[in-house]
Amino acid sequence: MAESKADIRDQSPRQAITLRQQAYKGMEDETEYTFSTDAAVLWRITRLMLRYRLRVALAVAATIAAAVFQLMIPRFLGQAVDNALGLLGSGAVVGEVAREALFEAAMLLLGASILRGVFTLMHNYGGEAIGHLIAYDLRLLFYKKLQSLSFSFHDKMHTGELITRGMLDLEGVRMFVNTGLLRLVLLVNLIGAGGYLLLSTDLLLGALSFSFVPFVAWRSSVARLRLRALWLALQVRMGRLGQIMDENLTGIRVVRAFGAEPHEVGKYDIAADDAMTIADERIRTRAASTSIMTFAYFISMGLVLWVGGIRVLDGEMTVGALTVFLTFITILQQPVRQLGLLVNSIARASTCGGRLFSVLDLEPAISDGPDAKALETTMGAVSFEDVSFAYTDEDAPPVLHDVSFTVPRGKTLGIVGPPGSGKSTIANLLPRYYDPSAGRVTIDGQDIRDLTLASLRQAVRIVQQDAFLFTTSLENNIAYGDPWADDQMVRGAAATAQIDGFVANLPGGYETLVGERGVSLSGGQKQRIAIARAALLEAAVLVFDDSTAAIDAETERRIRAALRNHMQNCATIIISHRLGALRHADEIIFLEEGRIVERGNHDSLIAAAGRYAALFALQSRDDASQDAAQ
Amino acid sequence: MTAIPRHDHPQNDGGDHPQDDGRDHHGRPPRAVVGSQINQDEEMFGAAFDGRVVRRFFHYVRPYRQRINTALIAVLVFTGAQLAIPLIIRYAIDEALVARQDGGSDGGGGMAILAGAIAAFAVVIIVNYGASYIQDRLVGLTGEKVIFDLRRAMFVHLQHVGLSFMDKTEIGRMMSRLQGDVNSLQEFLENSITAIGDLVLLFGIVAIMLILDFKLGLLTLSVVPVLLFVRLIWLPRARIAFRGARETNSSANGALAEGIHAVRTVQGMGREAVNFALYTEKAQQNLAAHLRSAKFAQAMIPIVDTLTGAAMGIVVVVGGALVLDDALDIGVMVAFLFYVQRFFDPIRSLTIQYSVMQRAMASGQRIFEVLEVPIAIADGPDAADPADIEGEIEFDHVTFGYVKNQPVLKDISFTVHKGETVALVGPTGSGKTSITSLLHRFYEVWDGGVKIDGRDVRDYAKAALGRHIAMVLQDPFLFTGSIFENIRFRTQAASREDVERAAKVVGAHDFIARLPGSYDTMLEQQGRNLSLGQRQLLSFARALVADAKILILDEATANIDSYTERQIQIALSRLLEGRTAIVIAHRLATVRGADRIVVLQEGRIVETGPHDALIAEGGLYARLYALNYASFDDIPEDILADAINEQART
Ligand SMILES: Nc1ncnc2c1ncn2[C@@H]1O[C@H](COP(=O)(O)OP(=O)(O)O)[C@@H](O)[C@H]1O
Ligand SMILES: Nc1ncnc2c1ncn2[C@@H]1O[C@H](COP(=O)(O)OP(=O)(O)O)[C@@H](O)[C@H]1O
Ligand SMILES: [Mg+2]
Ligand SMILES: [Mg+2]
Repeated sequence: MAESKADIRDQSPRQAITLRQQAYKGMEDETEYTFSTDAAVLWRITRLMLRYRLRVALAVAATIAAAVFQLMIPRFLGQAVDNALGLLGSGAVVGEVAREALFEAAMLLLGASILRGVFTLMHNYGGEAIGHLIAYDLRLLFYKKLQSLSFSFHDKMHTGELITRGMLDLEGVRMFVNTGLLRLVLLVNLIGAGGYLLLSTDLLLGALSFSFVPFVAWRSSVARLRLRALWLALQVRMGRLGQIMDENLTGIRVVRAFGAEPHEVGKYDIAADDAMTIADERIRTRAASTSIMTFAYFISMGLVLWVGGIRVLDGEMTVGALTVFLTFITILQQPVRQLGLLVNSIARASTCGGRLFSVLDLEPAISDGPDAKALETTMGAVSFEDVSFAYTDEDAPPVLHDVSFTVPRGKTLGIVGPPGSGKSTIANLLPRYYDPSAGRVTIDGQDIRDLTLASLRQAVRIVQQDAFLFTTSLENNIAYGDPWADDQMVRGAAATAQIDGFVANLPGGYETLVGERGVSLSGGQKQRIAIARAALLEAAVLVFDDSTAAIDAETERRIRAALRNHMQNCATIIISHRLGALRHADEIIFLEEGRIVERGNHDSLIAAAGRYAALFALQSRDDASQDAAQ
Repeated sequence: MTAIPRHDHPQNDGGDHPQDDGRDHHGRPPRAVVGSQINQDEEMFGAAFDGRVVRRFFHYVRPYRQRINTALIAVLVFTGAQLAIPLIIRYAIDEALVARQDGGSDGGGGMAILAGAIAAFAVVIIVNYGASYIQDRLVGLTGEKVIFDLRRAMFVHLQHVGLSFMDKTEIGRMMSRLQGDVNSLQEFLENSITAIGDLVLLFGIVAIMLILDFKLGLLTLSVVPVLLFVRLIWLPRARIAFRGARETNSSANGALAEGIHAVRTVQGMGREAVNFALYTEKAQQNLAAHLRSAKFAQAMIPIVDTLTGAAMGIVVVVGGALVLDDALDIGVMVAFLFYVQRFFDPIRSLTIQYSVMQRAMASGQRIFEVLEVPIAIADGPDAADPADIEGEIEFDHVTFGYVKNQPVLKDISFTVHKGETVALVGPTGSGKTSITSLLHRFYEVWDGGVKIDGRDVRDYAKAALGRHIAMVLQDPFLFTGSIFENIRFRTQAASREDVERAAKVVGAHDFIARLPGSYDTMLEQQGRNLSLGQRQLLSFARALVADAKILILDEATANIDSYTERQIQIALSRLLEGRTAIVIAHRLATVRGADRIVVLQEGRIVETGPHDALIAEGGLYARLYALNYASFDDIPEDILADAINEQART
């Protein structure tokens, strides 16, 4: 046990760094993340608080006031003790005076306690409120940032990791205000003002009362650094564990199909043990620092009792005065015990804050340029001009090489090619989900990089290969791009996508929920919902990315017929493995490894007897039977 | 309230209540929501005590009895030390100091007593130190361990519950049980142990005060009923406020999670502004609820402090008078003052414990609900786990459905002999995937039986089925990790060569080799740095590496062009020798080469036989084939219906 402890301690800095690097993996692309020191993170949280200056001022004032009234209590208690001992004189008269003085002390105690309570309420409520206000601000910033960060960021960031940052890390920052910062203010005040009071009363005793402070301060700063590293490590490991569970449940059929349950449990166990080790280390560190700090505190108390006792014995001091010292130290007991929490809170806040801010500080790789204009569509012609593209800057070969084509308004471009040839990538470049590394994409001659994203994305509609459906009603799903669409528009779009008949047969109709409590949709139904979504909207460019793979050809033909009006007013790109769907396209390009290897219309491509023709032959029966005969 | 930006529909004035379902004549509120509509009705707070939950929970605590007991002892020792300190001070004051002040005994005696008191103090704080460390360490560690055990138990259990349960369960909800709910039980466990310390402290203080001076003790404690009364009024209101805070929290978090999962759709559809407005509203509700709950949480502080002040006042006035009258030692009064100051701490933490308990009970219920989901498909005591199988498959009058009274497969019977390849064809929804699910015993048949080598699949160990059947599922799910790990997956014994060979068969080797990391390239979540077709190829390769006797391909090449598919088939035909295969495909070119073709229609087998025989028979398959469509899915529904009707007539 001792050995492993030493082990961990030895490795910790290096370990912490690699963990940090892991945690920030996937962010380098957007901006260079410089590791801010704890102080910078904490200062930034404090700056966020300063947005609520008045509240902060009030909360701090209340915290100080609470400390002041807290500090009065030992005085009054000491007074009362001396009064009770009748130290103010002797005889019956003195007894009366003492009684009155006791009553006065009691009233003062009551008053101070009430005020302390009221100010503590203000301090705590103020701290909580500021914490929640900051959390609110951060929540909105985070949400907005995530919505604006481009695909390249989201490709690399695991969703679970982002959710953790938006929930747990945010919580860590929020808690810092009350359990960290204000508690620190309270503690500093209690120790500072109390120290002044006590030291001015009796230098030696005062110094003894506070002898634990330097030790505790040193211990807690050591513990804080250690805990910070542990928090970070734990966060990463818990994230990994969450990811394993999430993927296991999402891919449950694969797991079952391969009888891989033991394999998965094994993966889980490794990750869980890993997390457990850190969690254990964190608890040990916390327990060790809390208990030793309390111990130091009690030593001070013992010293005060001892030296003070001697003073009293020597007649240099009253019992009441000693009581003042002792009760004062008692008042510190709770805060000192909470020092552990305080340290933990600061460590957690600097870790969590760092993780949160690293996302907030990212600039989207793709955003509106300084003088971006709204798209003006006239002809709706889309062109790729010598476009090359790579998803990563590493030495991977580019995904697209010098791709050029033009699709005028009312015309259709078909794209075919083996998996990974770059078909979806072409689609992804149109709404600027990614930017080409060379060449340019234009709509009506306007480079799409000069356009506002909003106007561009409104003009380009892509029906994706795998549609995302929301756990809400079917109509909300269809009207996702235009929530103000009226019922007629929604039904019209559903009819265009040939899904209206299916919906009409559901007991809940368009209000049927999708998912757990509603219908589970087949692949083809999902694809048709996605098509309806696009059909609801006006578009200058319409792209179908293999989005009819699960729909039969006749239904697909009907959909195309229903979209004819739409398609007359826009440029259409159809990516499909079903060549029948492309037969009538004005131009067809055959992609291979990111290059256009063949182009032309159906007839010319067949005549050319190249790859397209071979593909077509495979799909038509005549040739197939020939094939079988071989 | 934030107005939702209304692009291009200025005539509508709706938008104030995006979640409001009400529609009026002038316009309608936008059909827009963020976040799932489902997770909101989860109960956040349960009864404060649910015997069933606690009993089941303690089942998980039991292995750590020893630790818990030690922790409890440490807590008691710790509490004892806390209680002893004022007593030592009292002793020092009364026996050493006051005696001296009253001018009684000589200084030397006082000094000795003081030294004794200090020694006692030293012993107590050392004990306190040890106990405090042990308590914190053990309580924290045990809490962590129990919770890891519980989470693991859930995870392992979920590996074995029936798919019909998993089909109906949203993953986000399950994850919140595995994470959030488990954490509230952890909090409960940790707090329970300290709560015991608090209780002891509370009763200890009461007892000591009463023993030190009964009357004064009673008078001082007279403030307690006031506190109880105030709490009684406060609690129900506070509970509502706390619940509101938690509910709005989970609703806002749900919306955030959705925003993250759906970010591509959101950006593609330009929904950022609308969603942001909706989210802002949720965040605002959350903020308001939290502020309210913070008010309630803090409201008790001044009351407790006032009562503490009053109690101190009583001690000072009454106790002071007694001291003046020499009826009470000053040290007792000082000790009283110490105790009074600490008296309310345990009360405070005990009330916090109350809401922790409520939360824990609700969470516990949800957790044990998961653990109680029956393992629909468990291995029997003498489940067969043969090292090798022949690979003969028989469906014997199988009827099956997902929903009661709605059979999806009706009286299905067919046999696939060892080494044969059988193709299942039929329109979408005709039950092809369901047949493969039954072979793997994902679900239990309603009637009839599924046999492998003449033995019912129910008599096989599940591990055996997993080992001898390899599947390429319709949905190509991949894990975060390297390509190598993904292809190898469960077959940990597979070497690099095995993996490469499989990748070559499905034609994935070339593109993998081109990647900068080759087979060690890391896949992002669900393989999204690959194209869909490439993911399908990897999922295909994964099934080949498993090297099983039975291979099931469920539309393994749906997103792959015919040419690549053809290449795969040629490479596969060698690999399939000696293996039994069930192939589901739409393209007739794929199907034609099978030894036998089973044609499905609405859950029934309408024809079976080899391609040529079916053509010769002139049935449905022949008719469909004659229509000259490349794929079954290509056949328009009305033509299909005609063909079927005609079939029925003949
Ligand atoms: N998000 C991504 N990050 C990195 N690489 C990607 C990403 N998406 C696709 N790729 C790679 O780019 C190539 C082209 O993919 P894609 O355009 O999706 O092909 P397809 O023609 O099948 O639609 C593939 O080699 C794929 O691995
Ligand atoms: N997990 C499930 N829960 C409920 N119904 C299902 C489930 N899977 C499939 N179904 C239903 O069972 C029928 C047959 O589906 P399936 O076997 O997937 O057909 P195929 O593979 O031929 O397209 C369909 O009507 C489908 O809606
Ligand atoms: Mg694609
Ligand atoms: Mg299927």
